[in-house]
Amino acid sequence: MPDRLPRGPGVTRLIAARAGMGLVTLVVISALLFFATDLLPGDVAAALLGPQATPEALATLRAGLHLGDPAGLRYVHWLLGVLHGDFGRSLATGRSVVTVLLPRFANTLALAGLAALVSVPLALGLGLAAAMRPGGRLDRLVSTLCLVTISVPEFFIGYLLILLFSVQLGWLPSLAVLNGGMSFAQRLGAVTLPVITLVLVVLAHMLRMTRAALLCVMAAPYIETALLKGLRRRTVVLRHALPNAAAPIIAVIALNLGYLVVGVVVVEVVFVYPGAGQLMVDAVGKRDLPLVQACGLAFAATYVVLNLLADIVAILVNPRLRAA
Amino acid sequence: MSAARDPSMERSGWLRFAASGAPLVALILAAVVLAPWVAPYGEAQFVGGVWDPPSLAHWLGTDNLGRDMLTRLIFGARNTVTLAALATALAFTLGVSLGFFAAALGGWVDALVSRAIEILLSVPVLISALMVLSVLGNSLPVLIATIGLLESTRVYMLARAVARSIVVREFVAAARLRGEGLVWVLVREILPNALAPLAAEAGLRFSFIFLFVASLSFLGLGIQPPAADWGSMVRENAQAINFGLPAPLYPATAIALLTIAVNRVVDRYLAAESRP
Amino acid sequence: MTAGPLLRIEGLSVHSATGVALVDGISLELARGEVLGLIGESGAGKSTIGLAALGFARGDCRITAGRILLDGLDLRLQSAEGLRRLRGRRVAYVAQSAAAAFNPALRLIDQICEGPVRHGLMSRHEAEARAIDNFRALGLPDPTRFGRRYAHQVSGGQLQRAMAIMAMSCGPDLLVLDEPTTALDVTTQIDVLAHLKTLIAGAGTAALYISHDLAVVAQIADRLLVLRHGKLVETGPTEEILARPQTAYARALVAERTGVALAQPAQKAAWSVRRQAPRPAMPVPANEAVAAGEAVPASILDVQGLAVRYGRQDALSDASFALAPGETLAVIGESGSGKTSLAYAVSGLVPAHAGRVSLGGIPLAPGYARRSREQLRRLQLVFQLPDVALNPRQRIASLVGRPAQFYRGMRGEALAQRVAELLGLVGLDPALAARWPGELSGGQKQRVCIARALAAEPDVLVCDEVTAALDPLIAEEILQLQRRLQEQLGLAYLFITHDLATVRRIAHRVLVLWRGRVVAQGPTAQVLGESEHSYVKQLCASEPQMRRGWLEETLAGRVDPTAAEPVQYPHAN
Repeated sequence: MPDRLPRGPGVTRLIAARAGMGLVTLVVISALLFFATDLLPGDVAAALLGPQATPEALATLRAGLHLGDPAGLRYVHWLLGVLHGDFGRSLATGRSVVTVLLPRFANTLALAGLAALVSVPLALGLGLAAAMRPGGRLDRLVSTLCLVTISVPEFFIGYLLILLFSVQLGWLPSLAVLNGGMSFAQRLGAVTLPVITLVLVVLAHMLRMTRAALLCVMAAPYIETALLKGLRRRTVVLRHALPNAAAPIIAVIALNLGYLVVGVVVVEVVFVYPGAGQLMVDAVGKRDLPLVQACGLAFAATYVVLNLLADIVAILVNPRLRAA
Repeated sequence: MSAARDPSMERSGWLRFAASGAPLVALILAAVVLAPWVAPYGEAQFVGGVWDPPSLAHWLGTDNLGRDMLTRLIFGARNTVTLAALATALAFTLGVSLGFFAAALGGWVDALVSRAIEILLSVPVLISALMVLSVLGNSLPVLIATIGLLESTRVYMLARAVARSIVVREFVAAARLRGEGLVWVLVREILPNALAPLAAEAGLRFSFIFLFVASLSFLGLGIQPPAADWGSMVRENAQAINFGLPAPLYPATAIALLTIAVNRVVDRYLAAESRP
Repeated sequence: MTAGPLLRIEGLSVHSATGVALVDGISLELARGEVLGLIGESGAGKSTIGLAALGFARGDCRITAGRILLDGLDLRLQSAEGLRRLRGRRVAYVAQSAAAAFNPALRLIDQICEGPVRHGLMSRHEAEARAIDNFRALGLPDPTRFGRRYAHQVSGGQLQRAMAIMAMSCGPDLLVLDEPTTALDVTTQIDVLAHLKTLIAGAGTAALYISHDLAVVAQIADRLLVLRHGKLVETGPTEEILARPQTAYARALVAERTGVALAQPAQKAAWSVRRQAPRPAMPVPANEAVAAGEAVPASILDVQGLAVRYGRQDALSDASFALAPGETLAVIGESGSGKTSLAYAVSGLVPAHAGRVSLGGIPLAPGYARRSREQLRRLQLVFQLPDVALNPRQRIASLVGRPAQFYRGMRGEALAQRVAELLGLVGLDPALAARWPGELSGGQKQRVCIARALAAEPDVLVCDEVTAALDPLIAEEILQLQRRLQEQLGLAYLFITHDLATVRRIAHRVLVLWRGRVVAQGPTAQVLGESEHSYVKQLCASEPQMRRGWLEETLAGRVDPTAAEPVQYPHAN
């Protein structure tokens, strides 16, 4: 098999192909999400209204949901609506889904964003430090901590933190209540515990994988060559190992950022944070289909976009695709 | 990739065994199997006041409705672990079969199936699960089927990767050149070489699924009351935290301990396997 | 700078983490400017000694005893920082695989200049200028811009030269060369070897040259040290060891290479297949069918216009040849020549793009999936690497017995007997049937592969570089075995190889491949001795001979001795 890889222009082609694939994925997922909630067995209207529903109520609901139209047509209607920013109306409240979802999703992104801002540099730094001295004290400490935090559910950490900082010490509020009149500092205080919880959860995953990726690279023959040239260990790790570990590390970070977006759902419920996760869980409980669809699409799209960015960065960073 | 030296390997024999996670796993398994005989009270039996402190009659106190916490934990083990185990079994059967076939057949079959599954993988399990559960409800069969199907995509990726790494080895080519059929190649040539990584993945996948089931129940969408379940027990007892009572921490700690124990067992197994 | 030897090693012992002694009590001395060849088979400990000269032990290994004196400094007593300062600066290492030794993420020039700059010897500017001079001196193309490339954009031979330049960049006193030409094609090897020699001699650097190939080491080393299982076997000036080896092991190594009868007490005549006369062109018919006078097809394997294509690249074009029963046809070529594609296309592992393969007169389908069971049985393939050719999770008995079971329906007692028979046929103890492949040595595993192929009772055996991964002495035994089996069973071999010595001794006829095309075909002695084709002549000339000075002669005989690699291969490795 030829091991000459495409030069510069080939990289553009690869990126375009990957972006195209991402777009196709989004469309397919939107279809899947739509049909998953729409075509699953059982009469949707009956499921929503329960066995007590009168035939008139059922008929009205069916008409309202356009259940009489063929599936493909309904999907197209919905997709067109989505592209115009119209996700329909919430079944529970009658309000436009978009007006309900948008501010909540912004809150979720803020929470996840803060957690990412803290956890990514921490994971990189600790991972690098651990890789410099594999098997050393820091490395072992970090590994043990990782094992523990990875194995526990988010709500465990959440409640533990609440018990500690909120109830026992009284430093921080247990409920992440946000309202318009709060100052920035007050907002920060409200979200501190949720952010810490998220950070702890995601940090462990990221750290473990970063460390593994770095150790894998450190086992490569060219690292031995660098050491035999008499270079300092720090130089070897930063100048020789890191560029090669960049791609897998970026993949790990993207994977975990996506996970952040999902892990946030549980954290929002624990702290009663007004985000999209909490919204989706409530909507599922109430069988509020348009809302569920919209939330699902929002989360899925974020995940897909993050993975797409990760893949593109990995392509750009891949040394074997470079040319003189 | 080199494994980090395991600090617990240096301790004495008993401590090593205790730290290995095996005893805890055994304990939980015992609870799963022997629950009705071992539990001091009935699963839904009301025995005391709300959030009574631990006493001789109730080793871990009572829960938010006055039921014995220890009993609920034991039955919760049974319900949660059984559900997780069944979902894992389903995920594995599907994922491994599909993954092996795709790897062995290669070509367009592999490409098609892998693309399809990659797209399914693009949606996080929780989101997909929430979508499905919102329509189908959350009866036990639905839960098992949903989680099993969704997780099988992850198992597929691993099984396919493992099978592909084996398929390129010349002994598989030697078997094919002999004229051996596909099934023979999969079962006699590939599978025996894939057992170690698959076993490890089974353990890890179980712990992920177990955490997932607990999280779903915590969100109120998993196992429904009055059946005991560690995840929903956390939710039911959550308010106790505000009074400084540790009630929700019992089931939460149980979840954590089981997951850690399973991970440790898998780690030790992998370490033993990689020794020549 | 002390007087006395540059490097003195006394009683060196290196142990692995499991307590196995990789090197056991080795002592050696190296004077300034001298080249010492460390020769031995795999596992002899040569690389370990080479790395010890840098105070380094790979992986979990530890230097457990002895002194390593580099210019009077004991490396074992140095601190980590002290060692770091010595490495690259006073003693440098050239790895076996340059492709693996260069960082794929950095440009070549950055890695080459890194050493001298970080050791504080010169500025980046000076280091670059020196590197470019060296590029030019070693015949690398486009010297001023060569360094800007990445490792994956450069061929194997060029990369190996770049590696040598990188090692010399700090002007070390000692250079450790760990099998630097082993991974290269024979025609590339000769150039790299010459350049290495020039580089070392020019700077007056001392060198430890590690190799398993005696002929290659003989060209460059002043003294030799023969190793086996971590222990010293023999040492002395190169000419002495080549002409008058004292120990049996050294004699075996020398004889394996030269195939010449030595002025020593007579050895067993049959122990070196290479010492036998070259095969005659027409095989002596050994199978009973012919002896009984039955009509036998002129050729058992007939190939016409075979072509193999990967994507848009032609790996093999228009190959035609015939193989008679009981005959050995060797297919020789370097990397990228298409020889593996030919083997795979004939056996059906890779479907041929064009052409026809006939077995016993019956045309075979291009891919194995469409061939009948009987057709598959009659043509068996033996792979190069016995480690991956045997399923590690099956016992020898099932591995060898399965073809008998599959094709002949043998079971139970009859099957067990057949397995014992087959193992005996390939010279293995029948008791090995109960073992796992992991418990066998490389040579034993390859014999099992051959036994497995024989279990099908084939007419044709396609051998894909079956001795390439084995140590020379073990490979020797396998060749003997193959020759014996051919005489006993009347097998026809299609023998793929890159080694001329093997071809000369085992093949009746030979086919030379170059860049996917057949450039010569015919009786061995004729093709290798008298061919007019320029590539064939070059190939024959590049085979290292055991006498000193061969290298200089061959280069002088070339039209342009300073030319860069004579042939550009797309996959030159």
